[in-house]
Amino acid sequence: MEFWFSEEQTPHVKLSIRVDRQLYSGKSEFQRIDVFSSPEFGRFLTLDGYMMLTEKDEFIYHEMITHVPMAVHPNVRDVLVIGAGDGGVIRELAQYPEIRRIDMVEIDPLVVEVCKKYLPQTACRLDDPRLDIHYEDGLKFVRSCEDRYDLIIVDSTDPFGPGEGLFTREFYGNCYKALREDGVMVNQHESPFYDQDATACQRAHKRIVESFPISRVYQAHIPTYPSGHWLFGFASKRYHPLKDLDEVRWNLRNLSCRYYTTTLHKGAFYLPAYVEELLKEVEG
Amino acid sequence: MKQPLDQTRAPIFEALERFRKMRVVPFDVPGHKRGRGNPELTALLGENCMQMDVNSMKPLDNLCHPVSVIREAEELAAAAFGAASAFLMVGGTTSAVQSMVLSTVQRGDEIILPRNVHRSVMGALVLCGATPVYVNPACDSRLGIPLGMRREDVAEAIRRHPKAKAVLVNNPTYYGICSDLRGIVEMAHQNGMLCLADEAHGTHFYFGEGLPASAMAAGADMAAVSMHKSGGSLTQSSLLLAGPAVAPGYVRQIINLTQTTSASYLLLSSLDISRRNLALRGRQAFAGVVRLAEYAREEINRIGGYYAYSRELVNGDSIFDFDVTKLSVHTLDIGLAGIEVYDFLRDEYDIQIEFGDLGNILAYLSIGDRERDVERLVSALAEVRRRFGRPKTGLMSQEYIEPEVAVTPQDAFYAEKESLPLRESEGRVCSEFVMCYPPGIPILAPGERITKRILDYILYAKSKGCSMTGPEDPEIGRLNVLKEV
Repeated sequence: MEFWFSEEQTPHVKLSIRVDRQLYSGKSEFQRIDVFSSPEFGRFLTLDGYMMLTEKDEFIYHEMITHVPMAVHPNVRDVLVIGAGDGGVIRELAQYPEIRRIDMVEIDPLVVEVCKKYLPQTACRLDDPRLDIHYEDGLKFVRSCEDRYDLIIVDSTDPFGPGEGLFTREFYGNCYKALREDGVMVNQHESPFYDQDATACQRAHKRIVESFPISRVYQAHIPTYPSGHWLFGFASKRYHPLKDLDEVRWNLRNLSCRYYTTTLHKGAFYLPAYVEELLKEVEG
Repeated sequence: MKQPLDQTRAPIFEALERFRKMRVVPFDVPGHKRGRGNPELTALLGENCMQMDVNSMKPLDNLCHPVSVIREAEELAAAAFGAASAFLMVGGTTSAVQSMVLSTVQRGDEIILPRNVHRSVMGALVLCGATPVYVNPACDSRLGIPLGMRREDVAEAIRRHPKAKAVLVNNPTYYGICSDLRGIVEMAHQNGMLCLADEAHGTHFYFGEGLPASAMAAGADMAAVSMHKSGGSLTQSSLLLAGPAVAPGYVRQIINLTQTTSASYLLLSSLDISRRNLALRGRQAFAGVVRLAEYAREEINRIGGYYAYSRELVNGDSIFDFDVTKLSVHTLDIGLAGIEVYDFLRDEYDIQIEFGDLGNILAYLSIGDRERDVERLVSALAEVRRRFGRPKTGLMSQEYIEPEVAVTPQDAFYAEKESLPLRESEGRVCSEFVMCYPPGIPILAPGERITKRILDYILYAKSKGCSMTGPEDPEIGRLNVLKEV
């Protein structure tokens, strides 16, 4: 028997993963949710047929979206996480004792429920006492926040579907307002490689550049995302992602990471020439 | 008794489907022959669309003289809207409004109407030579928007012009304001006049619950209904409705004076399918629109500075009712003209709203809107205020400027004229239209005297970036005026 999950990464490119069995399939108000188990990647979650995470490579995404800002900002107390229903970002944040509050805003309660049941590897810290989960539209939640957070992590889906509002100028502007005067926003920034992703990536960068005084992009290698080459955005009111990186302080924490190191942190901001060009084009 | 018509039917659409399956070889127009002759257009619009673009013929009926499927579709539409007869229109609601006016008045007749009528009404008066009798729509001084007609003002106009043939009412205005249509219908009928309704913005009144009275329900004699606005049909498709006192054969003759003889079946079938959708699911769909609009108002008013208004304005007369699906927002208190907010939303946030005037914006909500898009609109408005808001000074709001009708629109339009620089035209009689578009309500109409206040208003609106149309001079630096004898 051949049982494969295939995602069309572009209309002309597919990624296929052999599946053992389907653990869950359901439809929420917002999207179709599936969990599969596979011999190569372990369990994996898809939304509307798009790969969200696999047990094998999710550490790369979650470490890179969390530890990069945490190694730069000297005093993160209040964190807002948008999306992230799988719990991976929360698992990483939970390792920092100085954080006193995490607001997580996920639009779809079913994603959280399904992840708690089938993906304990990422959802394991969703019971952290510092965490408040708000089930609502991220754009709506952040609209009424002012001067309230040190760090905002935008762990969104792609900008085609329910995540669309999280790639807009109004959202980034609202995030700016919601951050304290030295706040940092990090976001999932799409891929520069295939045309459609690259366009989304460029548009997001343009809007962030217009909204924040400091806006830099960094990269990671995520095998199950289209092209495997993925970007993150680092937008900030005061701290520079490299000049304000405090390696000693972060390394003294002795956190165990499998992808992130403070050396890699520095390297991640050095981008391929074509990506630099793509970004520069919209920096104006 | 006649059987109630089956609203699940869509006769034009069904006929097109039957026709497609017959695979008829076309040796008639249109020349693209089901799209084959224009592959680029077919790639753009899709084969379905091109195959439906066919000519009038026996199995598909003819809009100029409907006897089969178009006639059935019109009967279904009449039943769905509670009218005695209905006419499918393919020249926009402009043609529906003009056919309505042309069916009712002619050269020498008077027609009573509010000054904030759509330009199409004035156009009809130029065509037929009737004389407008304006009722001053009350104006809300805080919001700077024209309201409905007061009953007392209509009664006064009827008293002063007892020979007028008809009273025309906006139901509602662009901003969602309704006059007491039932009361006005009654007054008109008591005085032997017809009552006409411009319902370009009121299609949903026929299907939603808890919305203002529709023209047919209020007993009006004719109504022009923009199915393509809140009704969901294709742009340029529209409906003209008539009550029992109007002879449908004469209306058809009037329509045929100016309507195309090659009516588009894309437009006709879109009317047919939209009518079916509204008849079957309209109530539920518009309940959703009302919920979304109420939610948006609440959130916008929470931002501070903006005023998204609603039923609280109702005063029993000049604001007899309010269409709660209209999301009108007053912007002057954040220090920005409506037109400026309108431009920021598009240029900075990729959000296109219906219009911005000097003090207000209007976001058009319909059966196609999604909650997440409303969240974007509200968030963008919050950002516009944070980034661009300023103290409220030096902003002008719209005011009603009472027109002085010197000659009829037709006489003025066709009179001998000369072109003068804007500033030198004061005191002269204008021979053309000047309007801000949208909403397309004339600031000046042919035959009206040009005053200093009107000129100040035109210059201010231009400076704020309002899109001005009408005059022969596209820059609106000059106006055509009547030659002085």
